[in-house]
Amino acid sequence: MIPELGQFALILAFCLALVQAVLPIAGAAVGKREWMALARPAAAGQFVFVAIAFGVLVYAFLSDDFSVLFVAQHSNTALPTFYKFAATWGGHEGSLLFWITVLAIWTVAVVAGSRSQPQEFSSRVLGVLGIVSAGIMAFALFASNPFTRLSPTPFNGADLNPLLQDPGMVIHPPSLYGGYVGMAVPFAFAVAALLTGRLDKNWARWTRPWTVLAWVWLTCGITLGSGWAYYELGWGGWWAWDPVENSSFMPWLMATALLHSLAVTERRGIFKSWTVLLAIAGFSLSLLGTFLTRSPVLVSVHAFASDPARGMFILGLLGFFSGGGLLLYALRASKLEAEGGFKLLSRETFLLANNILLVIAALVVLWGTLTPVFVDALAHKKVSVGTPWFDLYFLLPTLPLALFLGAGMHSTWKITAGAPLVQRLMWPAALAVAAGIAIPVMLFDKTSLLTIVAAAIGLWVCATALLEPVSRLVRRHAAPLTRAQLGMYLAHLGVGVFILGVTFVSAYTVEKDVALRPGDRAEIGGYEVLLRDVRPVTGPNYTAQEGEFELRRNGRLVTVMKSQQRLYPVQQTELTEAAIDTRIGRDVIIALSKDLGAGAWAVRIHVKPGIRFLWLGSLLMALGGLLAVTDRRYRQPVRASSVVEATAKPAATGT
Amino acid sequence: MTPRRQRMLLIGFALAGMAVAVTFMVRAFNENLLYFFSPSQVAAGEAPSRVFRLGGLVIEHSFKQEPGSLTVHFVLSDLVHEIPVTYTGVLPDLFREGQGIVARGALDASGTFVAEEVLAKHDEKYMPPEVADALAKARETVAE
Repeated sequence: MIPELGQFALILAFCLALVQAVLPIAGAAVGKREWMALARPAAAGQFVFVAIAFGVLVYAFLSDDFSVLFVAQHSNTALPTFYKFAATWGGHEGSLLFWITVLAIWTVAVVAGSRSQPQEFSSRVLGVLGIVSAGIMAFALFASNPFTRLSPTPFNGADLNPLLQDPGMVIHPPSLYGGYVGMAVPFAFAVAALLTGRLDKNWARWTRPWTVLAWVWLTCGITLGSGWAYYELGWGGWWAWDPVENSSFMPWLMATALLHSLAVTERRGIFKSWTVLLAIAGFSLSLLGTFLTRSPVLVSVHAFASDPARGMFILGLLGFFSGGGLLLYALRASKLEAEGGFKLLSRETFLLANNILLVIAALVVLWGTLTPVFVDALAHKKVSVGTPWFDLYFLLPTLPLALFLGAGMHSTWKITAGAPLVQRLMWPAALAVAAGIAIPVMLFDKTSLLTIVAAAIGLWVCATALLEPVSRLVRRHAAPLTRAQLGMYLAHLGVGVFILGVTFVSAYTVEKDVALRPGDRAEIGGYEVLLRDVRPVTGPNYTAQEGEFELRRNGRLVTVMKSQQRLYPVQQTELTEAAIDTRIGRDVIIALSKDLGAGAWAVRIHVKPGIRFLWLGSLLMALGGLLAVTDRRYRQPVRASSVVEATAKPAATGT
Repeated sequence: MTPRRQRMLLIGFALAGMAVAVTFMVRAFNENLLYFFSPSQVAAGEAPSRVFRLGGLVIEHSFKQEPGSLTVHFVLSDLVHEIPVTYTGVLPDLFREGQGIVARGALDASGTFVAEEVLAKHDEKYMPPEVADALAKARETVAE
């Protein structure tokens, strides 16, 4: 009975989404205020019913209701409660419902933040969000229903994939979805601007905080995913250019380009076409990412053939949103007039370079991700793209990007004088080159040109990001930086720290597979690992062999580490729980694997310098974004201009 | 410079940059493509001499562990042809007999596939899509 309630709530929410999709936009087109006024209550009502539907699915998981097919496939009575809750988004159907829930939350937030915007505009924004919501709900209801019943009811469920039984599962998908779905907001703002035919600085000011917020979620989500892979799945791999990883990274690259393009639109009233196109591309890639992550349909053509309804639905939705957005852009682009020009050496040029290079980077990743799908579909050959290709071709646009970043931060709008810029940046540049050579040479045995170049670029970004805040701190009477400026420097410092992390992890990771008997030692990267012993232990829903290791350096004990080789009896799955010893400069990872016979165990050991910088850099980026969103100008409604527009509107629509 | 000329110049730069990038990309791309071959294709001599990916089912009771060492031997099959495989290193958690796996490596002179990396992907059916496809194709050829 209760699952049907969830189904019913979802259908009601779908009806409200249709109302929200059709009437406000139609009302704005023909000037009917009462239709436009429906946007807010429809959005609020939709939120309530979506929340009920989601709550019902969570309840079905918590109460072990295996009569619901989705629950039976992804849960088990022995599963810890924590993971029963997270299992709600542990499969295709549930994660779609979760997507819808997150969109409803974003929509309500947009409603709350739209008070100062003209009704004609905000009702169009909410209308577009309604269209997105209705599209995904239709997909859930007609092709991926999470409430489908199973008869007869099984005695127990098939359990959640043990790989997903990790605290990462509780926080990573919600954060990533927050970002994916959040990209629908700038998309809605862009489409609304195209519908209105007016895209000005105020528009950019309304759109920018939402974009930054979605970007912050996306940044956190990707970082958490990478961290989770590092701790649990990949045994020390933090990024593998896997299609699923790429599909979260492409929207991030687009969102990054978008928020920089928005900065130009807000300050200077130019780059309008770029901004709109990036908003459309960002959301399209988010949708693509959602489907790549959670459904096998796009990964393999054969999965598509086995379930054509879902595949067609997904392609239809993708085509509708990106195609519709682009069509509207083509029809209305002529109205997006630039409000000024700029000289070749100016902040605008640096930001344009940022945009172009980020788009190229996203295209590189897209190409590498989708080619195997097309080769399979057209030539019936199975191929995969090697990681070295991604590593190299991703660097080509991003290294110059980081170089430009350092100078761009210190350039001025419209026109920048060359000589003072060079003078200002000479010391950071010299410092970066010197330290970029010194650090790899002094701290590590070997080095390469690429390592030195990358380290120097990372340090260059750090130094240029710190230059302004530090010099203001030194000159005590200087005006304090605004939160937006501080956030910008902080996020860019994060980029620099991240580049340093990636450089050292990539250049100096050592990894070794060894066979150890209790009492045996292995040498790796200046460390000595000794296996003390292996003994059986029991967990709540698994049994395990636990290996106890001593980590020694120069004969002195650093720490004792314990790694488990677990067996989950329900799915008969084995899983390694690696042990990680973390220091600021490096991690040591030890993973106990299979019994090799003759008393020996397979053990994998990694030493990873710089990995902490990678997470720290990502964290700084996200913090910088959060700081920028709280800037004063976003907290104050844009009074003067909204009054002008409010008085202008009756004249425009009252005909 | 007029704004218009300036814009044209920037667009020109952007296009030139993109063209160069795309040319390089496509050239290096083909060298980095790893092709997948099934045991039947390898038996028919279609596999290249360089590194490729081989996938199939690990035949039951074919798994042999050299005691106390990291070297293992097993046989991959698409249920029509079989290819012996050796690998030295830590096997993934999901590796087991009867499961579909994909290995990256190359053939040695004796026709044994020497794997550098063994991947066992986890999905509900314990079957990588490539392997499922290879099995289906092998079944078709036998039926003909």
